[in-house]
Amino acid sequence: MAFVQNFPFMSIILSLFSGPLCSVLDGKRARRVNAAVIVIIGGMSICTLRYVISAGRPYVYRMGHFPAPWGNEIRVGVLEAFMACFFCAVTLLCMLGGIREREAQIEEGKQNLYYVMVNLLLCSLLALIYTNDLFTAYVFVEINTISACGLIMIRQTGRTFEAAARYMIMSLLGSGLLLLGISYLYAVTGHLLMSDIRQQVQTIAATGQYHISLMVALGLMSVGLAIKSALYPFHAWLPDAYGYSTLSSSAILSSLVSKGYIFLLVKIFYRVVGAQVVRESKVVNVLFVFGIAGMIMGSLSAIREGNLRRMIAYSSVAQIGYIYMGLGLATEAGSIASLYHVLSHGATKSLLFVAAAGLADASGGSDKYGDITGAGFRNRLAGVAFTVGSLSMVGMPMFSGFISKLLFAQAAVGHTHKMFPTVIALAISTVLNAVYFMKTVIRIYTRRPMEQAGGSGAAGPSPDAGAHAGMPGTESLPGAGRQVSLWEQPAKTAALLCFILLNLILGLNSDPIVRLIQSGFEMFE
Amino acid sequence: MHLEYLLNNYEEAVAMILFGIGFSNLLLQKNLIKKIIGLNIMDTATYLFLALKGYIADRKAPVVVDGITSAEAYINPIPSGLVLTGIVVSVSVTALMLSLTIRLYRRYHTLDLDEITTRLRKEGK
Repeated sequence: MAFVQNFPFMSIILSLFSGPLCSVLDGKRARRVNAAVIVIIGGMSICTLRYVISAGRPYVYRMGHFPAPWGNEIRVGVLEAFMACFFCAVTLLCMLGGIREREAQIEEGKQNLYYVMVNLLLCSLLALIYTNDLFTAYVFVEINTISACGLIMIRQTGRTFEAAARYMIMSLLGSGLLLLGISYLYAVTGHLLMSDIRQQVQTIAATGQYHISLMVALGLMSVGLAIKSALYPFHAWLPDAYGYSTLSSSAILSSLVSKGYIFLLVKIFYRVVGAQVVRESKVVNVLFVFGIAGMIMGSLSAIREGNLRRMIAYSSVAQIGYIYMGLGLATEAGSIASLYHVLSHGATKSLLFVAAAGLADASGGSDKYGDITGAGFRNRLAGVAFTVGSLSMVGMPMFSGFISKLLFAQAAVGHTHKMFPTVIALAISTVLNAVYFMKTVIRIYTRRPMEQAGGSGAAGPSPDAGAHAGMPGTESLPGAGRQVSLWEQPAKTAALLCFILLNLILGLNSDPIVRLIQSGFEMFE
Repeated sequence: MHLEYLLNNYEEAVAMILFGIGFSNLLLQKNLIKKIIGLNIMDTATYLFLALKGYIADRKAPVVVDGITSAEAYINPIPSGLVLTGIVVSVSVTALMLSLTIRLYRRYHTLDLDEITTRLRKEGK
């Protein structure tokens, strides 16, 4: 066995143990440990990816060297290793982009706790990606929920507590359903390892025995994970949780946490239950319908929203809808499009959140729609970054969003029943996306009339300033806006540049990435 | 015929009814404490279901005390292990929810989540 094969296991353990380590360090040291851990894990994931690509087939890593029915397993293919690399890169950039907001919004003695949460979150995401055992997946889903809740409530305002409570309630409903689904599947198949369950499911499906139980299990697991990743009717907690938590939290929550659940669902569909059974079941049709509903309704809510960050949060609802629509097609092409959109949305949404914080920074700390007029001139880089993110979300060629829309449309072509709904929904949703994103881009590049600039210092952002009363930092200062130079926050500048680069790479150089996802997807079975 | 089927498996039916009660309480109750009670009923119902799946009639708990090592004599221990893990998870999320409830109560002096939301909206934050 090559030494590289240990890396996935090591990266899970490393992030798991660096969590408690951060709890005894002070804020600054914890931050360094956290950054170092993410970089090391990213490096190890790249090594793993190279190894798996050159080996050309996935490998199974047995924990403690117990053979199959007794031991716990990690299974590493191209897609898993690639997702781990991507998640590490996005986490690092989100942490980098939000340093100043974290220092301003989190109490002095509690800074290190934030890094505990981030390490545990990364650990649970990695475990969700790599594990080959359904019950282990359930346990890490719960760890993921708890650490995400910590990320929301670490900025201590009434809004975040309420958002965290709502988030926990919805998540617990989802994990209850997921656990019940796993119990059903265990009762029917008698196994917990994914590959063993798959064999049993194929036998059962061939004989037609326990058909109802199998469908119930599949339905429960799908609905549970859909609730947890905020598919349309279950999204009520999302705008508050993303809109009021500290910047790094919103970026990580929107671009990674929900994606971990979606990746688990893809694994359940194609590795545990098997493509054939999933395609024949009606569950995917339900996901398809709600995905399309989410695409439209999320965008409509975003158009009505008057707060920049909440608008971006509602846009997440629409993008999650896209992903479920792709899964609902239940074809290989549809799933590949969904997985590509996971990457594309992860890279774009965190870019938008960081850029929106930069724009708010240049507008006296307010992200109300009226206050950001002309912010693109005051903070040039954030303006450019927000424009890039918006164009990508709308689906301009050159940027990542275009490729995923193209893949969705290609996947839909030739589908017997779902072709027209998909294409029509894509068209409507693109127009709606353009309405609210282009409206914002035009607004940040409209110069504020002089008299209004004088007046808004007193009247504009002051109601919002009350929300941050008692919070240290410049954010609570009411003001008409100020120039933000490129060098004022080097970390945020670097993060924004890297995000733009990531977006362009995904948009301009998509062929190898799509091929990578495809080869990884074929290794799933 | 269906009724007979249900009566023969009444333990599973009870587990599912309890799950439904817990689920709807967690979803629909306004009071945060009642929501947490619902959460616990829901989780416990799942554990009941899991434990049932591991139970085989007329067999003993898999603890070797009298030298019998044949697997035929004991029930399936894996679901019991899963239940134990599940209980640990459920305890920690309950603790987290309770601490969140305490925080909200200290700030707003009410346990009604909808009222907290309306108050937050009124404050316009």
